Formats: sequence, C-alpha cells, structure tokens
Amino acid sequence: MKKLSARRRHPLAAFVVLLLALAATGGLYTAFAPADKAQAEETAQSLAIEEGKKLYAVGCSSCHGTGGQGSSDGPSLVGVGSAAVDFQVGTGRMPLQQPGAQAPRKKVIYTQAEIDQMAAYIASLGAGPTTPTAKQYSPEGADIANGGTLFRNNCAQCHNFTGEGGALTNGKYAPDLTDVSPKHIYEAMQTGPQNMPSFPDTVLPEQEKKDVVAYLQTVNSDKSENPGGLKLGGIGPVAEGLFAWIFGLGTLIAVAIWVAARTAKAKKS
Amino acid sequence: MSNTTTAPADEQRGKAPAGERVADWADGRLGIYSLAKANLRKVFPDHWSFMLGEICLYSFIIIILTGVYLTLFFHPSMNEVEYHGVYAPMQGVLMSEAYASTLDISFEVRGGLLIRQIHHWAALIFLAGMFVHMMRVFFTGAFRKPREINWLFGFLLFVLGMFTGFTGYSLPDDLLSGTGVRFTQGAILSVPIVGTYISMFLFGGEFPGTDFVARFYSIHILLLPGIMLGLVVAHLILVFYHKHTQFPGPGRTEKNVVGMPLMPVYMAKAGGFFFLVFGVIAAVAAIATINPIWTIGPYRPDMVGTGAQPDWYMGFAEGLVRVMPGWEINLWGHTLVLGVFIPLVVFGLVLGAMAVYPFIESWITGDKREHHLLDRPRNAPTRTALGVAWITMYMITLVGGGNDLWATHFHLSINAITWFVRIGFFAGPVIAFIVTKRICLGLQRRDAEKVLHGRESGIIKRLPHGEFIEVHEPLSQEQLHTLTQHEQYKPVEIGPTVDENGVERKVKGGEKLRAKLSQAYFGEGTQIPKPTAEEYKEIQEGHGHH
Repeated sequence: MKKLSARRRHPLAAFVVLLLALAATGGLYTAFAPADKAQAEETAQSLAIEEGKKLYAVGCSSCHGTGGQGSSDGPSLVGVGSAAVDFQVGTGRMPLQQPGAQAPRKKVIYTQAEIDQMAAYIASLGAGPTTPTAKQYSPEGADIANGGTLFRNNCAQCHNFTGEGGALTNGKYAPDLTDVSPKHIYEAMQTGPQNMPSFPDTVLPEQEKKDVVAYLQTVNSDKSENPGGLKLGGIGPVAEGLFAWIFGLGTLIAVAIWVAARTAKAKKS
Repeated sequence: MSNTTTAPADEQRGKAPAGERVADWADGRLGIYSLAKANLRKVFPDHWSFMLGEICLYSFIIIILTGVYLTLFFHPSMNEVEYHGVYAPMQGVLMSEAYASTLDISFEVRGGLLIRQIHHWAALIFLAGMFVHMMRVFFTGAFRKPREINWLFGFLLFVLGMFTGFTGYSLPDDLLSGTGVRFTQGAILSVPIVGTYISMFLFGGEFPGTDFVARFYSIHILLLPGIMLGLVVAHLILVFYHKHTQFPGPGRTEKNVVGMPLMPVYMAKAGGFFFLVFGVIAAVAAIATINPIWTIGPYRPDMVGTGAQPDWYMGFAEGLVRVMPGWEINLWGHTLVLGVFIPLVVFGLVLGAMAVYPFIESWITGDKREHHLLDRPRNAPTRTALGVAWITMYMITLVGGGNDLWATHFHLSINAITWFVRIGFFAGPVIAFIVTKRICLGLQRRDAEKVLHGRESGIIKRLPHGEFIEVHEPLSQEQLHTLTQHEQYKPVEIGPTVDENGVERKVKGGEKLRAKLSQAYFGEGTQIPKPTAEEYKEIQEGHGHH
C-alpha cells in the first residue's frame, strides 16, 4: 500500500486512473451490450416489416389485398410464412407476369434484402414456415441413398426420376429441378407452392428434407457425373428413341449411301 | 474322294498348295465347291436402299455378341439384396439381384457400361432399321409374288424384335422398366375371361412376384432370339433363292438381275459395311447414355416416375392407351376395361394390317405373275397413299405416347395433345392418303410431261416475231424407257352376269367387293395414263408446239 500511496502524486498517476476507468466502462459496456443489440435487432425487424410492407403495397397488394388477406386474383398470405415468400419471389415466380395455368420461374426482380423485408412483413401477418438456414439445407451429413428413395417415393411421379420435370393436366407442370438452389428446393417442400403438396416437418422431418436436397445435388446438378456420356435431357426413352433414329440410323443410312455410291466399275474396252 | 484308284494320280501330280488341299478336304465332306459355284458369282443390284436390310442384320449380330457378354455378369434373380457397390447414391438401398448386377455391369465390370450401351443402342437401331427396311420394301412393291412369304418373315422379325426388346428393357428391374412391366400386365388383365389366368401364369402369381425377371430372361436370351435367328436365316435363304429385286432401267427385265457379283465385290462391300455399322453404333454408345438405370432406381411397386415410356418401338402402343378414354363396363360382378382392351386390339390390328397387305393387294389386282422389277412409288399411288396413311397413324400415336414430353417441351397442355391425337388418329391418315395420292399423280403428270416434251433446259429463246420460248431438251432413250416401262393396271370388272344361255348367275359378295376395291385402286383418278408411242411421235414431229 505504501508503495501505491507514495506514488499517488506521480505525474503519470492520472493516466493510470484514467486507463482503469476506461477499462471499467468498456467492461460495463460489453456486459450490457447484448441487451442493446437485441433491442437494435428488434428495431431492425420492425424496420424490415415496415419496409416490407411498403414493397408489398407496391408489388403484391393488387392481387393479394392491401393487408395480405387475398382477393379474387390471389390467395391470402396470412400464415404462409417467410419461406413461401422467399421461394415465390426468390425464384421470380412472384410477382406474377400474367394469369395462366401456372406461375413460371423467371428473372428475379427484387434483391435478397428486399425479399427478406417482404418475407418479414408476411411472416408478421401469421405464423408459418420460416426461411431455412444454410445449415438446414446444406448436403453435409445427409444420407444421399435415403434421399433417393424418398425422392422416388414422393417426388418422382411428377418431377421425373431425377427431377427433370414433367407434365401435369391442362398446361400445368412440375418444373425441372436441375439448377434450383438447395434453399429453394427445401422451401418448396416446406410450403408446397402452386400444385405441389407441402411436406411439413411432421410429414418429412428436417433430416429427410436435407437427404432429398443432397440427393438432387448428387444426381441432377452441374456437379453430377454422367458416366454414360451425354445425358440426352435425362427424360428417358423418348429422347433416346429420337437420338437412335436421327444420329444412329441417320448416320448408318448416310454411310450406306456412301458405300453404295462407291462401286466397282466395269472396265471400258 | 480318297479311294485307292485316285490316290496314285494325286501322287503323280505332286503336292497341291495347302489352301487347295484344305478346300479339297472340306469339299469332300461339305460339298462346298458346288455351293460356291452356284453362289459366289451371284449378282446383286446396287442401290443404297438395298443395304437397309444389311443394317438390320449387322445390328442383330452386334446385339447377339454384346448380349452374350452381358449374360456373363447379369443375375436374373429377384432376390432382395442390399447394395454395397461403388455407386454412392445407392449405398444401402434394397434392390433385386437383377438390378444390383446391372449396377455392377455399369460400374464395376470392365467395359460393362459401354457394352450395355452398345447392346441397347443397337436394339433401338435394329428396330428402326427394320422399320425403314419394311418401308422400302412396301413402297417399291418388293413384297409382291414371289416374296410374300419373305415379307411375312420380315414382319415376324419386326414383331418378335419388339417383344425381345421389351423383355430386355424389363430385365434390369429398375423403376422405369418395372412400370413398363406393370403396364403390360394391366394390358394382359384387360383381356376378357383369360386375362387374369394369363397374368397369374406369366408372373407366377400376383404382380410382381419373384419370378418374372428369370422368366423374361429365358424369353429374352433364348426363346425369342432363337426364333429370330432361324427367321433371319430363312429370310436370307429366300433372298438368295428369289434373287434380289432391282429398280427398272434400260437392260433390266423381270428375268435378269443387273449388278455386281457377290465375290468379290459384295463380299468386300458387305464385310466392310459390317464394320462401319459396328463402328457407328459403338460411337453412338460411347457418346450418349442410354437407360441410365443408376439414376432411375430399383423397382418398387409403390413408386413411379413421370415420363415413364417404353422404348420407341412400343411407343405407339403406349400412345394408344394414353389417349383412349377410360371406358369400362361392369356386368355381373365383372369388369371389362375397354379403356385398355380396345387399344390392345387396335395394337394387334395396326401390326396385322402390315402382315396381310401383300395378300390383299394381290387379290385386288388378280395379278399372278412374278415381279422382280420394283415399282416407283409414284406409279402405285393408292398403295403409296395407304402406306403413308399407315405411317401417319403410327406417328400420331407415337406423339400420344410421349404426350407429357410434348407438353413440357413445347409448352402445351397435355389435354390438348391428347385431343389432337384422338382426332388425328382418325383424320390424319385420311388427309395423308389424299395428299399423298395427289402428290403421286402430280409426279406422274410431270413424268408424262417430261417424256412428251423433254427436260426443261432453262434456255430462253426469242423467236423472230418476238415470242419467248423455253427450249426443252428431249430425253435420252434410256430415260424414256425408265419413265414409261411401268405397267398400268385396269380395274377388275365383274364378269358377265348372264351366261351364253341367258341364265343369270349369282354374283358373290366377294366378287363385288373386289371389283369395288379394284376400282378404287386403279379406276378413274388414280393414275395418269402414261404417254403412248403415237403421242410421242406426234409431238416430236410437230416440233415446237408446247
């Protein structure tokens, strides 16, 4: 103690005290900070909802109603959840270009930030499936073989064996899944867009959804291998038959014409 | 012949060359000299379309060769096993041994995938080749006497080829082929009275059971190919026996064949062509995947995938069922599934029409002579139009078989396509018939025009008084012959209905029908009278009038 009191009038003592005070304030600040951040997030969330509401009023309300309650032109969005918004707007299906058999996939016109804001607004209208996190749909730790079995059992009857797409009645169709992002596939399973049935976690648990996504990534993406050569669209015997006729028999007939045109000539005397 | 009297003579002459001795040895036992003498100089006419049959023969040989290789590794068993091979997305999945061994052939057997793909591509090309070969024979009238039986052999080869292909497609027991087998079983079940029994017999009980892969295997590798091999041999023997048909031309008659001898020209050509066919098919198989069963998955009756189609040659049967309304009749506790049974009957009729056509035509024409000179399709407008009508119907039902892919790839409604096929099935052939006949008649007119006025030379001449005319070049004697050699049938008339004693004879219904059909084939508006020598002379003398 003596040492300390002896130096209390040291020219640097004020600095030391100041340093200690600063450290204490900083420590206190960090101790309180999480609460502050949560508060900030809440503000951000309500801000997002506000922004989302504005975007919604401009882009969606003409069909889905001013409060998301739906109209004769579009279904109610209460309770569809943020996952549905992220899927529909994130794949360009919404806003709809024109009424028709089915909303096609097209150019996405909103940024991801704007989509998140709209999703936040729609989620605030009623509880529904939430946008999955990257961990939920990443193929890590997935059972690909199980995903394949699940896919053949639940998806292949409309989307074809490896998700190349297929026809439904009256111009509707199950779309090609070739370059659909894992997130959107996951969301489609959660929300069941358009003609698709939904597969909530009670039907298809999170792990199984992950398996299906991983299976599709393995057999039907840029990374998937085609050991047999050209895939011919992966749509089965119709494409194969066409290929056999045009490139198989077509080439053979061309060869036959070539062979027949080259004949032994009788010697002219 | 090695008896004691000739032996010293041989010794005197000294030793013959080794080749000759081998040939002598073989001749003594097989009689190859007389066979060779009779056949080695056999003449074949030259035309690319005469090589279509060769494409079929060679692809058939390729199918047999590759098929033998596949049998070494394929296990025709439906025992359930868990997969632990190299293909990761199937690890641990339960499947039949047949499917597992097909995965092994594709991924673990050396060259297995390539051989599998050659086998399958060759099968598709074999059937396509037969289809085109039959079209060639049909449209040139090569099926006429004496070749009706050979037409039937060819027809049987086509139909057996369809079923051999179908059983082969079913063997891997994948989800696609299993769906196809289920489809076939449904068609069998739709047959009244016996359908259920046939199904139970074929599958050894309820579908799918545990037997069908092994049974289809016997049918696919033994029964059907055995019959087909026999038919191919018979087909070729008849080709040799009848001699090949030829296109009409100067110096070509019903009694000769103008062309090149088998030895050496056709030996070289045909032998070389075999390797070309093998090469093309192997290249196709190396470039493009066919039936990637590893992505399709093992068959389970509770699963199905969209876009489940048969290989192309069964596509028209698929189409018939797809577009047929789902009619059914329930009577006394039994169901008659017309929605499947009618297509099944139509399937038989569409194929049967091909088989009986030569006999119908020869009955209508009443022509009992042999024909070795081919018809140009335009000179038989009704036959050509009928053939095109048949092909139109076939192609329209083929569209029906792929209606879902037409819908997704052309952004159409599948219901609209189904209705198009329903209407087109009836209207399409009629339209095709009328249009084809008009085209044939138009071509006949053009031929007549060419014969009488010569070929348009494209040279414009101005006459002294200012008129412009196009100079026509007269055809050569050979060209005139080719364009006018064909024979034009007169319609068959019903003979005198009153005999010399004035007694009326009863005209049979068949006779009336035949006269009517003959009228439709060769009556008014079915052929343009070919130019006569007098017409030709008259025009040549009064030169310059057009």
